[in-house]
Amino acid sequence: MNVEFINPFINATVNVLSTMGGVSPRPQKPHLKNGSRSYGEVTGIIGLAGKEAKGSFAVSFSKSCIVKVVSNMLGEEVEDLEGDIMDAVGEITNMISGGARAELENKGYSFEMAIPSIISGKDHKIVHITDFPIIVVPFETDHGPFVVEACLKTGK
Amino acid sequence: MPDLNARILVVDDFSTMRRIVKGILKRLGYREIDEAEDGQMALKRLKETRYQLIICDWNMPVMTGLDLLKAVRSDEELKGIPFLMVTAEAKKENILEAIQAGVSNYIVKPFTEEVLSKKLEDIFKSRAA
Repeated sequence: MNVEFINPFINATVNVLSTMGGVSPRPQKPHLKNGSRSYGEVTGIIGLAGKEAKGSFAVSFSKSCIVKVVSNMLGEEVEDLEGDIMDAVGEITNMISGGARAELENKGYSFEMAIPSIISGKDHKIVHITDFPIIVVPFETDHGPFVVEACLKTGK
Repeated sequence: MPDLNARILVVDDFSTMRRIVKGILKRLGYREIDEAEDGQMALKRLKETRYQLIICDWNMPVMTGLDLLKAVRSDEELKGIPFLMVTAEAKKENILEAIQAGVSNYIVKPFTEEVLSKKLEDIFKSRAA
């Protein structure tokens, strides 16, 4: 995967979670993922389909982090991973994807819209659309970690 | 001045975003707020109740926000209702498409309370002019 693809996802993630989630995510050193096991307990995943590239993007949150983010978003304490939090992770995935796609458009890559899927539970499996290498960007917050995963196959 | 008596329809497939938008509207003083989770349900509500503003997501299953906008603008009874698109779709071609379809204003997610408040002021100001 071309490394120029990862920065738009990092930028969009920081923008979404700081603007609406009330946290300040600090990106750590990216690495390649081995296997398909999730890093977090709740994951949002969305397809990225375009003429120049295709693949998928996922964001996987620790429970402590996503509980804080969603509580901040809604202005009330939430704890139910199956209800409010699943829905919010879908919207967060959507917003990060939209922001990253807009930045990638400026680099000459255009992607269609898609609807995200949400998975919860410890050690769940994340299946990306292509079998290309998956770049993982870990993030730290004051309320726990989360990771962003991007897997894109380019035609350029 | 914003019309705080305006009846507003908030359309989004994610309940989180509907709750966020409703929460902001209530803090701003709006009282009459209804919800719909897709364009088709929104159209049904629009036929039943008179609204002064539609705040709508773009990317929804069943019927997208853009399709709802087109349906509203082509309906004699509904076409005058201000339509604010609140969406993660920040691509220039999407914004242009919405403008061509007759959107009143456009907010790219993520957004702050101040941004939504300003857009509402602008919409009601242009209605009053």
